[in-house]
Amino acid sequence: MRCVIGIDLGSTTTKAVILDEERRVLGRGITNSRSNYDLAAAVARSEAYVTARFNLLRREVAGRVDDAMLERLRRAFKLEQTLHQLRRLRELIDEEIDRSHENGLRRPLKDAIATMFERIEREEEERFADPNPPKRSDFFRDAAGSAFNRIAEEIADPTGVTFDMLLGLYDKCIIRVENEPLELGFRDHIGAALERIGRPPEIAGAVDRVARVELEEAASVGTGYGRARLPFPKEQIRSEILCHGLGAHAMFPGTRTVLDIGGQDTKAIQVDENGIVTSFQMNDRCAAGCGRYLGYIADEMNIGLHELGPLASKCHRCVKINSTCTVFAGAELRERLSLGERREDILAGLHRAIVVRAMSLLARSGGVFNEFTFTGGVAKNEAAVRALRELVHENYGDISMNVSPDSIYTGAYGAALFAHEVAN
Amino acid sequence: MSDVQKDRSMVLQKQMIARHFERLEKAPETGEPVVYTFVPGNLTELIRSFGALPVLPEINALQSGMRKRSGDFINEAEKSGHSEDVCTYVKCDIGMLKSGNIGPTGTRLPKPDLLLLSYTGCYTFMKWFELLREEYDCPTVFFQVPYQGDGAIEPQHKEYMVKQLRDEVIPALEKVTGKKYDEDRLKEMLALSAQAEEDLVAVLQSAKNKPSPIDAYFGAVYYVGPIFSAFRGTPEGVEYYKELRREVEQRVAEGRGPITPDGPLDDQKYRIVVEGPPNWTHFRDFWRMFAEEGAVVVASTYTKVGGVYDFGFRHDPNDPLGTLAEYCAGCYTNINLPGRIAMIERYIRDYDADGFIINSVKSCNSFSAGQLMMVREIERRTGIPGGFIESDLVDPRYFSAANIKNRLESYFQMIDARRMGVSA
Repeated sequence: MRCVIGIDLGSTTTKAVILDEERRVLGRGITNSRSNYDLAAAVARSEAYVTARFNLLRREVAGRVDDAMLERLRRAFKLEQTLHQLRRLRELIDEEIDRSHENGLRRPLKDAIATMFERIEREEEERFADPNPPKRSDFFRDAAGSAFNRIAEEIADPTGVTFDMLLGLYDKCIIRVENEPLELGFRDHIGAALERIGRPPEIAGAVDRVARVELEEAASVGTGYGRARLPFPKEQIRSEILCHGLGAHAMFPGTRTVLDIGGQDTKAIQVDENGIVTSFQMNDRCAAGCGRYLGYIADEMNIGLHELGPLASKCHRCVKINSTCTVFAGAELRERLSLGERREDILAGLHRAIVVRAMSLLARSGGVFNEFTFTGGVAKNEAAVRALRELVHENYGDISMNVSPDSIYTGAYGAALFAHEVAN
Repeated sequence: MSDVQKDRSMVLQKQMIARHFERLEKAPETGEPVVYTFVPGNLTELIRSFGALPVLPEINALQSGMRKRSGDFINEAEKSGHSEDVCTYVKCDIGMLKSGNIGPTGTRLPKPDLLLLSYTGCYTFMKWFELLREEYDCPTVFFQVPYQGDGAIEPQHKEYMVKQLRDEVIPALEKVTGKKYDEDRLKEMLALSAQAEEDLVAVLQSAKNKPSPIDAYFGAVYYVGPIFSAFRGTPEGVEYYKELRREVEQRVAEGRGPITPDGPLDDQKYRIVVEGPPNWTHFRDFWRMFAEEGAVVVASTYTKVGGVYDFGFRHDPNDPLGTLAEYCAGCYTNINLPGRIAMIERYIRDYDADGFIINSVKSCNSFSAGQLMMVREIERRTGIPGGFIESDLVDPRYFSAANIKNRLESYFQMIDARRMGVSA
């Protein structure tokens, strides 16, 4: 079947969205942009194709198989992918031990690594078995890294295999795993995933059929900071501003104002009734108030980016933060901590500071009009969403504010819609 | 053949400027008096009628910017205590002074015999000359040009300025040059000015053609060089503009566009009006960002900072002091916000522009205050979308290429989308 793809090469994450001929979303893929944009685009694309096939499968078996079984298959597939990457990581670490450590240390190091990987694999399997697994980052690097860190701390022995040695091995090898174009396609792991859930007959045949469907990519459009890296001709490159405008319009047709807070820039966009951008404002060279700010804060606090919002939402009173400067954020955070302020209250203040900055851009672009749509990665953060809702209400009154759970894909979605135009 | 002709005006300008700077360097030996003054509202004919040579510090600063030397000069000025946020023309000039006063062409600049401050809309100019007066300990005269607060030059404004010229400026020039005021000489020079102005206007208005034979911002910056600096009222100036006009008219006859850093721009996709000074440190990169997209600038306000001639003003030899007063009061920087808006609106209509872009300069508040308000008002009046980018005059630290490119690309794509949206 014919399909089109939009790829948004952002500064922190790369997203891909595949549409079918009726402009329905068929698949979505996301990965961290790493330092290799080409690879990030390839990974996001292949992931989008995987989810596209799962969606085809869903359509194929609609009414005959319940969602729970499909979800179980999807998670089994994800588990197979993860185990595959873990095996590759372990191989590389073993090679690294042989290369860089003395004879006497090799054995104890390899034993420690074996113990660690056994545990990580077991944890992954348990996660799969748990119908409500705890939330965590979707990226292999983050998930594997945090498990590695935690277990290394437990088993490290200051007299022999130290924590630093173990972590050093991980640091050296994770980049290679990430930068190798691993086989992560649908056909590579669906068989094992199917076995894992007991090869239910009501689904097995459909899986075979879906795996054989030819997906013909009729057109592709790229956007985002790394768009110049995409092997597309110039006509197939669109600015993020246009893509977010069109994507937001397609998600919420009543949209007139769009705010996109991405990794390194924030854009306030006005669109007309057809989703065509009529004006926009963008932050200047300073990335204050962008997603990256939250990244720095998470690093400062030594927690995951996805944990910031939930933590800030537990605030009792929002601390007033004066500086939206990304570089000063850490200093301000430490100062507030030293004054005895609570972590969650400071975090709430930091989220509000970002949004205050975005309010200025919105004002510059002409204001906020009904309906207002919040897009980009930061829209996943509940504390930022709450702060934005409050400030929009304070400044512009009763405006309906849309936030899609797929907001992070808005740019790629818009690009895919442009690709659909190109193809037709 | 045509390429050779094109070169001739450039060669002429280069020679004129080189000769002027050589004369300046030798001034301490030849005894030619030197007057420092500013571009907006400059009294070049009057200064030269006394046999004195003008030096224009902003031009030195912008030339240093184009030659990639401003960064070091700004550094030097900051070392002596000038803040990061101060006008970068000032710091570049002060830095150049502290580094031995070697001008942009590599020759030493002489000390001023007189600082002639003609005030047209920029308070920083006053502080700048205060700093230079401190340095050089020389006479300073302040020619106060009333701001066009109500959008017009009133008769009493003119009287007030003529009186100042008679009672303060001319006596000061007589004193430092040792020569009597020669009104006949001034009249002759004003007649030459009017001739050159006539040709300059023909060149600037040639942009009404499609394709436009000139770029009225990036290209025109060179065209206004002689008339804004030391050559108004001189035979060389007249010759230069005659030659330039001939070359441009030839391009019109041949249906060709201007030469850009990427070659000829005959295929012009967007006709743009630009407000605000260019960025000088990345001038060619900045121009290239327009040229790559097929955008030609058909009119700009910046090319009017040293005099607005295209709406009919010419220096009038029959009213020598009165015409100088009117000229000074009519410069772009002396026009109030409604006047600036009306001018851009008129350019958009007269030159059949697709859009207008404001380059907002970080370190120049007198230029940038009110610019966002201007965008909205012009959009409202013309229905044409405005673009907004931010850079600086000569501080290389303020130019974020990726950010500016992103905004420009988005802006041009927005025009495309609107065109398609309207035609569909």
